[in-house]
Amino acid sequence: MFFPISHADINPIYLVVVGFIIGIFGGFFGVGGSFIAGPALRLMGVDWNYAVGTDLAHIVGKSIVAAKQHRALGNVDLKLGLIMALGTIGGAECGAQLIQALKRAGNVNTVVSYVAIVVYTGIAAFMLWESQKTLRTYKSRSKISGDIDPKKDRSAFGPVTRTIQRLKIWPMIALPTSGIRAISLWTIVLVAFVGGLFSGFLGGGAGYIRMPSMVYVLGIPTHLAVGTDLFEIVISASYGTITHAIKGNVDILIALVMHTGAVIGAQIGVVATQYFAGPKIRLAFVPLPLIGAAIVIYTLMTGHKL
Amino acid sequence: MKKQAVKSLRVFAIELAVYAVLVTCYFFLVLHLLGNWLYHLENQHRYIYAGVALLLIVGQAVVLDAVTTLLFRLLRGRWR
Repeated sequence: MFFPISHADINPIYLVVVGFIIGIFGGFFGVGGSFIAGPALRLMGVDWNYAVGTDLAHIVGKSIVAAKQHRALGNVDLKLGLIMALGTIGGAECGAQLIQALKRAGNVNTVVSYVAIVVYTGIAAFMLWESQKTLRTYKSRSKISGDIDPKKDRSAFGPVTRTIQRLKIWPMIALPTSGIRAISLWTIVLVAFVGGLFSGFLGGGAGYIRMPSMVYVLGIPTHLAVGTDLFEIVISASYGTITHAIKGNVDILIALVMHTGAVIGAQIGVVATQYFAGPKIRLAFVPLPLIGAAIVIYTLMTGHKL
Repeated sequence: MKKQAVKSLRVFAIELAVYAVLVTCYFFLVLHLLGNWLYHLENQHRYIYAGVALLLIVGQAVVLDAVTTLLFRLLRGRWR
């Protein structure tokens, strides 16, 4: 099938399958899946700028479906999502400006690549340590008392999270859906801003930074973090789609075809979250940032941007 | 339990088959008709194209979600 906007000739079945796989990841982990979509489109000869913009458009559609399903399961905190969307958009703009500054300095690729490798592997290592420690604690406690609810979200990083929640920086807000009585608005905005900064700096939606940040820094239960992240992605990716489309980086026909597969995948991913406790979802999340790091290392070593 | 799983898988396979037929019709009808128009819009009116692109993906998400939910309900009801 020929796509006239990006001048690419791609088998639509390939796009549907790629969309399906990304949909499962999106529904289960609350990520956009740009680490798969970008390289998958590049493999078919789509130019890099079109791969980035088209992926964002596809993320909007997929996240709408997944967020709607998560909302039906009570996994979306609308108030938190709206606040985070503002911080993410601000951070993404700053990240893009940072890229421009590095471009002028002439060392953008090296800096971005090394930062990405450190951040991705750091997140993966931390989540591996935390989720395994939490699961071990679960097991030993349930052996002793036998009354631990596996669906109740706990984290080995909990004491640090509670200290962050106790920071009294005005204005303090309540997030009843997420079970948080009071947290500083600035903490939420800062977490979203950092996520947005990485999104603008490293590309993609940076879900593999935002979702763990919501769990470990804000103390949001994992299922809610996944659903709320998807809701937040709908807003920030819509903004990204508009700006990229104006710059001529979006082939909406490719995005529409990919999205047909993502609809089914996202629904499967959402349903699957109901069968896993928070620490297990976090443990399963570990390979995602590592895939991102592997792609960057490949690009750095071969010079081919996937 | 095993019987239930087989039943669920069968319903899911039928859902996928019906969905695949619908999507194929969609490719040939909608995308074929919209392709040239969107191409010209992208070349000549970038701002309108940006708005139309977002509307299309949001619209498709809403419609396909409704279609899959409807299929899901219909087939589950029939096989129950």
